[in-house]
Amino acid sequence: MDQKQTLDGNTAVAHVAYRINDVCAIFPITPSSPMAELADQWSAEGRTNLWGAVPVVQEMQAEGGAAGAVHGSLQAGAVTTTFTASQGLLLMIPNMFKIAGELTPCVFHVAARSVATQALSIFGDHSDVMAVRATGFGLLSAASVQEAHDLALVAQAATLKARVPFVHFMDGFRTSHEMNTIVTLSDEQIRAMIDDDLVRAHRQRALSPERPVIRGTAQNPDTFFQARETVNPYYLATPAIVQHAMDRLAALTGRQYRLFRYDGHPQAERVVVVMGSAAETLRATVAHLNAEGERIGVLQVLLYRPWSAKDFLAALPMSARRIAVLDRTKEPGAPAEPLCLDVAQTLTDAVARGVRPHLPLVVGGRYGLSSKEFNPAMAKAVFDHLAQEEPHSGFTVGIIDDVCGTSLSVDSGFDIEPSDVHRALFFGLGADGTVGANKNSVKILAEDPDRYAQGYFVYDSHKSGAETISHLRFGNAPIAAPYLLQSADFIGVHKFDFLQKRDVLATARAGATVLINAPYEAAVVWDHLSRPAQQHIVEKNLRLFVIDASGLAQRLGLGPRVNTILQACFFAISGVLPREEGIRRIRQSIEKTYGDKGKAVLDKNFVAVDTAVEHLHEVVVPKAVTSTEELRVFVPADAPDQIRRIAALQFAGRGDEIPVSAIPADGSYLGGTTQYEKRNVAFAVPLWKPDLCIQCGQCSIVCPHSVIRAKAYDGALLKGAPEGFPSAQVHERGYPDKRFTLQIAVEDCTGCGICIDHCPAHDPLEPGVKAINLSERLPLVEAGRRELAFFESLPEHRREQVDLHLSRGLQFVQPLFEFSGACAGCGETPYLKLLSQLFGDRLQIANATGCSSIYGGNLPSLPWRADADGRGPAWNNSLFEDNGEFGLGMRLAVDQQVAMARDLVRALAERIGPRLADEILGAPQRTDSEIVAQRGRIDELRRVLGDPADGPARDLLAVVEYLVRRSLWIVGGDGWAYDIGAGGLDHVLAQNRDVNVLVLDTEVYSNTGGQASKATPLGASAKFAAAGKRTPRKDLALQAIAYGYVYVAQVALGSSPEQTIQALRDAEAYEGPALVLAYSHCIAHGYDMRDGMKQQHRAVASGYWPLFRYDPRMRNSDMNPFRLDSTRPRLPVEEFAYRELRYRVLTQTRPEEARMLMRQAQAAANERYRLYEDMAARDGTRFHPFWQDEAVTRDEIPAGAAQ
Amino acid sequence: MNLETRCLGLSLAHPVIAGASPLSATFDGIRRLEDAGAAAIVAASIYEEEVEAEAAALDAFGAIGAESNPEVTSYLPPLPGYPGALAAHLELIRRAAHSISVPLLASLNGITREGWTGIAADLKAAGAAAVELDLFHLATDPRETSAEVERRLIETVRAVRAAVDIPVAVKLSPYFTAPAHLAAALSDAGASGIVLFNRYYEPDIDLATLSFRPSLRLSTAEETRLALMWTAILAGKTSLSLAGGRGVEGPEEVIKYLLAGADAVLTASALLRHGADYLRQLVQGVAEWLEAHGAGSVAEIRGRMRADRLGEPEALFRANYRQALLFGYPPPDTDLRNLIRASEGLAVPRGN
Repeated sequence: MDQKQTLDGNTAVAHVAYRINDVCAIFPITPSSPMAELADQWSAEGRTNLWGAVPVVQEMQAEGGAAGAVHGSLQAGAVTTTFTASQGLLLMIPNMFKIAGELTPCVFHVAARSVATQALSIFGDHSDVMAVRATGFGLLSAASVQEAHDLALVAQAATLKARVPFVHFMDGFRTSHEMNTIVTLSDEQIRAMIDDDLVRAHRQRALSPERPVIRGTAQNPDTFFQARETVNPYYLATPAIVQHAMDRLAALTGRQYRLFRYDGHPQAERVVVVMGSAAETLRATVAHLNAEGERIGVLQVLLYRPWSAKDFLAALPMSARRIAVLDRTKEPGAPAEPLCLDVAQTLTDAVARGVRPHLPLVVGGRYGLSSKEFNPAMAKAVFDHLAQEEPHSGFTVGIIDDVCGTSLSVDSGFDIEPSDVHRALFFGLGADGTVGANKNSVKILAEDPDRYAQGYFVYDSHKSGAETISHLRFGNAPIAAPYLLQSADFIGVHKFDFLQKRDVLATARAGATVLINAPYEAAVVWDHLSRPAQQHIVEKNLRLFVIDASGLAQRLGLGPRVNTILQACFFAISGVLPREEGIRRIRQSIEKTYGDKGKAVLDKNFVAVDTAVEHLHEVVVPKAVTSTEELRVFVPADAPDQIRRIAALQFAGRGDEIPVSAIPADGSYLGGTTQYEKRNVAFAVPLWKPDLCIQCGQCSIVCPHSVIRAKAYDGALLKGAPEGFPSAQVHERGYPDKRFTLQIAVEDCTGCGICIDHCPAHDPLEPGVKAINLSERLPLVEAGRRELAFFESLPEHRREQVDLHLSRGLQFVQPLFEFSGACAGCGETPYLKLLSQLFGDRLQIANATGCSSIYGGNLPSLPWRADADGRGPAWNNSLFEDNGEFGLGMRLAVDQQVAMARDLVRALAERIGPRLADEILGAPQRTDSEIVAQRGRIDELRRVLGDPADGPARDLLAVVEYLVRRSLWIVGGDGWAYDIGAGGLDHVLAQNRDVNVLVLDTEVYSNTGGQASKATPLGASAKFAAAGKRTPRKDLALQAIAYGYVYVAQVALGSSPEQTIQALRDAEAYEGPALVLAYSHCIAHGYDMRDGMKQQHRAVASGYWPLFRYDPRMRNSDMNPFRLDSTRPRLPVEEFAYRELRYRVLTQTRPEEARMLMRQAQAAANERYRLYEDMAARDGTRFHPFWQDEAVTRDEIPAGAAQ
Repeated sequence: MNLETRCLGLSLAHPVIAGASPLSATFDGIRRLEDAGAAAIVAASIYEEEVEAEAAALDAFGAIGAESNPEVTSYLPPLPGYPGALAAHLELIRRAAHSISVPLLASLNGITREGWTGIAADLKAAGAAAVELDLFHLATDPRETSAEVERRLIETVRAVRAAVDIPVAVKLSPYFTAPAHLAAALSDAGASGIVLFNRYYEPDIDLATLSFRPSLRLSTAEETRLALMWTAILAGKTSLSLAGGRGVEGPEEVIKYLLAGADAVLTASALLRHGADYLRQLVQGVAEWLEAHGAGSVAEIRGRMRADRLGEPEALFRANYRQALLFGYPPPDTDLRNLIRASEGLAVPRGN
């Protein structure tokens, strides 16, 4: 039976894929992860497939591994699939050639995504699927949620028959994450599409000792070529097989698909050829323009490979004289993008052979890279371009290319949406539940049999305080509009600040309704609106409603979650449903959503619905604009040019306006942009009590966002201080005239409260009062801004003048990593900040993809910055899987250039001055003062050489900076270090090179939502390990220790900051490979991050995470290199573990197993500790002898000796 | 030796019931207690407040970071088969009740009227043979009178009684002004028995941080006395079943409770301390004591020391007081233990 459901593309595909496969080998990658997560979840729930079996869902260590497992599973006869995207698909390529080469039926479901080039992008385009054209896989493209659902089945039915494997793809995010109302396939329909004989045939082709064959042979020139040509008949037959499957689907469902779908005028002269979701936009545009008398058409490619020229020609009207082929990918240097070339080839061939009378002009264009918007106005621009006298190939649409002039101009006023579609736009914050509520509204509204809804959600890349924009459409016909709202009937502004930052009402239609969550009464709210907002309201005659939803949510105990309140208001005033009916449905859905969350949660939400409307007020709108306040300017005029031209616009939500010329061609950006953001996301921030403070620096060292700074300065400087600027006498003896100030960057703080939890200074008599305490932010902003400005004017401490061993000293060192967009209370960022304080001005980082590459490098928010001298961390992210190798490569290059520089200094010693040359070559560079001295010598060297004309001197100047010891760090998470990058990391550690590896170990894939890694502990539940991880975490430290010459440390900042500092310094000083495993609490662990450091302490105290350092150099003094830095376990593991939801949920879902696993976890912790204790107690001679011969300097090691 | 007894209308093979504790929190744990010979088992308490808190925590932590980043919809692992804490507990009761042959009692600590009655009905439906209401209320509101506290308690019992038709036991706190009267009122309200007494968690002050630290200590034999005294006083004055629920460390305490008039005892701390199998020793110790004292059944000694059977009942509960007056400080071993020792000299009727 047909069933109408409102789903996103991922769910729609997973729904089908799960039912028709035996095995799913998976690995998380955005935007395809939800497909894998759903499969895993259903498997854990025991849902069965068509054959009555529960599919096996196996997480692998990488997509390459997943593809290998798929290949093996297929060869062993199981119907097998995987879900992936982007880099993940690329990692599968070698196996894809094999799977196709062996004619193995199989479907890979892909949410198509950009491939990383000058930058990573998680968003959608076809560059990944285009990169696998050569593998021999079929490529079937879906343009909508419904198509993705249906074609997932068509692909499976066709592959079984054709034996050509398929990539079935949809546009990442645009389709994978769009919610839309579709008719889902019933199990009977799915069943009817799958021919059991073909499944049996597949199983029979499996390798089996019962009927042995040898596959995967190696072939020589004599046979390989012929063998490669054997598959041709299969490919020739495939298009008809796919069409047959489509026809069969049509017979079963009434939904008819064709390999190539043409819509438009039967005698169209201008036709656009396209693949994916843009086809829907083009179709709507074509229909609109043809109704106005145009003769145009659009041809959508569904089956891209194997390409069927015959079917393409049959679909394309003979009348077509001008064709634009739109590619959602870029092939630099190619004559045109791939789809365009295929079309051109097909047409020239047809004309040459007389199949078609004349050759149309074919031009190619690019659009929509990385989910760049493609809307009807852009579609029209393409047709307009075709109508021009000389349409050019290689055009772009959707951007402003002022460098090569490829971009088409777009009439942004062109809007074709029918007026009976209700459109609503919501501006929300991540934490406020807006997106969840809107997904819920979409489902509520699509419940009616004749009603359809669509939801699409745009997020920024911050993990805390992220801004979200929800685009919702509701109507009485299926909604095929895969583009953002261009105008809205309803605009919900769920945080008042948006009105001051962005022109959020720009898309309001005349007479639209606006709902604002404001901390102001209806009578006064007008006076707080900016001029642009007032202007829209007055000129467009908007109805304005206001509610203090945040205040109400606080009072109702809902915290920051204003979703239910504002959803009730939306239903009350938007008119999408009769008011009472809307409220009734919300209550129903609350019952459904929160039913299992307990009565209290349920009641709170009911009360929220009931009271929301009482607190909602319509504002009497004045006749004229009264405000003179303009939108906020993010970046001051004295900021660097690049930041003003790029980041400033992005912060204001106007990144689409940035022209090509403003953007650096090689992907190099100035860091430190986060200082301009001033996001003001915290409700409460720390307030310092100078009289209680012991100036220990603990708050500063644990702060994940670098918002707590300290300076000690000459008391006389206070003369220029703003009134009330807090300061205290410096505690340290011997500085009678020095003052101390702990400065909070109020506007940058996320309010996580970790500092307060960690502060050791209690008021001796006032319970609960510490030297810093949370206080409401809003009243502190003005003073905070003034105080921060004055604080910044106070002189910075010189690194060489503070004790870098202690948090007390480190608090005075400027962090060169600040205000990142990491989650409030992040457990990783304090380590990175520490790294920047310890080695910042000579720090070079290879950063694995993951959370740290997103909060560390997602434009426009760049937290890595330079110091006042212009020096600071140089950072790059290569990939997820290769970070160890990437960092090692940097080291090789640095070492090589160090050697070159030293040789040149020797060669030019006479010119430089033998004494200076000797000093430079012999300089110790272990301490910061030694580094400063060396920098001085190099300045001197530069002065001596001046502006030379000769080659050697100029060569020396080109590499002279390498004479200052560079601190090279390879940074990444456990997903990289334990799983996808494990092989590379292992190899890097096996080299005798001075690389330092910092693993920010959150024990899960944090960035993609908490999937299990090999660092996930026994007994914890995680995505892909919903039933609890059954094996202990990999002891990566012990593996590295086994090499004997690798410096290895395990640290936990919350347990011992000093041990962490020491370990990082040791690792850096050690002139060989070093590995530091840093315990990093994470929101995926499921508890209040404010307790993060305390939890780290418990992890150590329970013996689960012992602290230790293995320093091979200790063998030089005949000492044991392994030192256990934490005490024996003094807390049961469960005392630590059961404070975290990841462990606790199992006690609810599988209580017996939870107890068993906890017993095992305790045993594993005990045993691991015992092993470490044994090692710590050994005689030093029981370890690998020290590998570096101190007598031989690196200069004297012959090339290659290190290998 | 006939160790049989009746408590809450249930026939028990002997008087030692495994009280609510972490040992009875899982199916395997309940099975182990049965194997150890428990006459009945009280499953670990379900706390309405905790059920709500757990659900609220799941809701709150599940929301952290959810729907705010394009790469993540939620950080929460999927909860296949997660039914909510209450449903999970009910499932435990259901499974356990059907697979053990001794009565399984449920223990409930509610906060709201609906919680008490609704969860009690659920527990009954799941197969609990009786429900123990753990009435744990700290009367901290200065406007709340003792009469109101008692009335609410009685109302709760009446409401639960109306909602379920299985025996209802009330675990009382020792801090009532007129326990005898309260017992009578609870009986009127439909309670089948009372358990003497529950224990409050008495938090300690941490001088370093100036904060209260929750501390949970297992009960000791020393704590038996108050409950023993009230058992002796109430026995014979009420039709309620009486169960001693405090400080049962060895067979001696079981005997003492029985002598004082209890129908059964609940033990948790001793089992937590020594393991579930210790229960067997307790039962055996009781049998041995009876044997050594020439008693052939529990019935023969039950209530022998209860107040209304003593020649001078007032002397029983004023004994300590008088000694204290006389000596200024009671000698350390002057407690009901002595009285029991004294009673050993009494002729125990043999047979009938």
